[in-house]
Amino acid sequence: MSADFLYGIEVIINGLMAGVLYALVALGFVLIFKASGIFNFAQGVMALFSALTLVGIMEGQVPFAHLINAIFGTSIHHFGWTVPAVLAIILTIGVMVIFAWMVQKFLFRHLVGQPHIILFMATIGLAYFLEGVGDLMWGSSIKRLELGLPQGGSLAIENLTSGLGGDDFYGFFIDKLDIVATIVAILLVILLVAFSQFTKYGRAMRAVADDHQAALSVGISLNFIWVLVWSLAGFVALVAGVMWGAKSGVQFSLSLIALKALPVLMLGGFTSIPGAIVGGLIIGVGEKLFEYLVGPMVGGATENWFAYVLALVFLIFRPQGLLGERIIERV
Amino acid sequence: MDQNAENSTDAMLQVNNIEVIYNHVILVLKGVSLNVTKGGITALLGGNGAGKTTTLKAISNLLHSERGEVTKGSITYRGEAIEDMDPETLVKKGVIQVMEGRHCFEHLTVEENLMTGAYTRNDGRGAVQADLDMVYSYFPRLKERRKSQAGYTSGGEQQMCAMGRALMARPETILLDEPSMGLAPQLVEEIFEIVKSLNEKESVSFLLAEQNTNVALRYAHHGYILESGRVVMDGPAAELRENPDVKEFYLGMAEEGRKSYRDVRSYRRRKRWLA
Repeated sequence: MSADFLYGIEVIINGLMAGVLYALVALGFVLIFKASGIFNFAQGVMALFSALTLVGIMEGQVPFAHLINAIFGTSIHHFGWTVPAVLAIILTIGVMVIFAWMVQKFLFRHLVGQPHIILFMATIGLAYFLEGVGDLMWGSSIKRLELGLPQGGSLAIENLTSGLGGDDFYGFFIDKLDIVATIVAILLVILLVAFSQFTKYGRAMRAVADDHQAALSVGISLNFIWVLVWSLAGFVALVAGVMWGAKSGVQFSLSLIALKALPVLMLGGFTSIPGAIVGGLIIGVGEKLFEYLVGPMVGGATENWFAYVLALVFLIFRPQGLLGERIIERV
Repeated sequence: MDQNAENSTDAMLQVNNIEVIYNHVILVLKGVSLNVTKGGITALLGGNGAGKTTTLKAISNLLHSERGEVTKGSITYRGEAIEDMDPETLVKKGVIQVMEGRHCFEHLTVEENLMTGAYTRNDGRGAVQADLDMVYSYFPRLKERRKSQAGYTSGGEQQMCAMGRALMARPETILLDEPSMGLAPQLVEEIFEIVKSLNEKESVSFLLAEQNTNVALRYAHHGYILESGRVVMDGPAAELRENPDVKEFYLGMAEEGRKSYRDVRSYRRRKRWLA
């Protein structure tokens, strides 16, 4: 096999792994959009906020330290302890559940029955609010997320595959973190699908997604289901935040990955969990491969725009996305 | 209505002179009172826009999500005021509504639809499974289609699915809205036979909103006739069936035989109930 061909395969593998991370972010959007018809612009900020909270808790940071110090003239920043990762993750999930409950209680409960654009605007407000709260709570410095996840290229894979090509080929370079992210994402998807298919609350969630009134009529509490859905989205955001955070540090630009999720959703369909995965993978592979094959001809940096152009093409020819929910119409 | 007060002892569900307003301005019910007796089938009759659905939704409290509210009067179930109770609590108390137009969960299978009816129950998997079998014994057709998505089943099957779903909550009282809508006459008959046997064998009480007066009065024990948000007549179903006005306006049987639709309309304009 020629080295060029093998490098192409390496690009595809790396694209798949990047796509997994896009898919993770997109998943959170799908969950909320399906159950409540709300396009949650704040999903990216939720990923940022949960990652910030996780790091903050692990390092024993005092929340709102700057605020407290400014008011009381004190100078406290740390509790002086560190929290083990597992406990910190559980606490962070708790924080995201409380956040979900508050969003429902103080925001969307008062907007029931409003047009979609109003709900969308509310989530934009929510995004900026949450970003501000995150800044105020944990500070705006870039933080390292030390979860003990393996980092760097996998030597084992590199050595194993180096014999495939000629002298020009040194084996596939694959980041260990990407492998972990892929496994985590697969587990998460299996978990989510199992939850929504085989549990009572999952069934209720899908019922609410289909018909709010009918769900009410059989005694399903919409408020409870929405809190549940936002909590799940918070959990997915945490996983996405952790994976991106471990890769590039927890910083405020993390919230911009939400923008990368948009083309993924347009491609995969806003209402389909498998769609988010497939969309993420296609975008991931597509942009890496495009950069590798066409990039050099047009001066590179195609990764910045390729996903959006692809999404635009899809919007024109298949607006419901690849796997978007078919509209059932009996004839 | 005064005559309702006498037989209120066996009334399980009482609606006392309620007024319902949508969007703060549109008055839909102008003082509706009715009783649903335990173990009976009570029919709520009337034309389009008479207020049948609104009455049912006022009882089941689905009005809130449609910007409607009960502004006057009271609704009691077993002596307890229920007008401010959320639908969830009400379902737990044994009152459930089957909405007009079926409203099955389209993307769920028939069996999943049925299982959502058991959402509020926590009496164990075994009891729910037993009820699922019970529902299938009343609606064998649902058993055949249990794995199909509800959105792809026929209108009659969807009606059965919606009724079966309500049954899964083990209700005492079912508020059944327009079960005959859009169904072939034969199917309507089949559905009403099932209502009857559910009433007799499972002792479920029904409050039935229906435009098909003929069928409804054959199966119901008691009937109320609504017109523009008011009860204009009520009585045992057998009596209502013989009432000349009901015959003419709702059953289309005038004394001198059937009239053309146009004549009925113009006649009706002159003669109004309690106008």
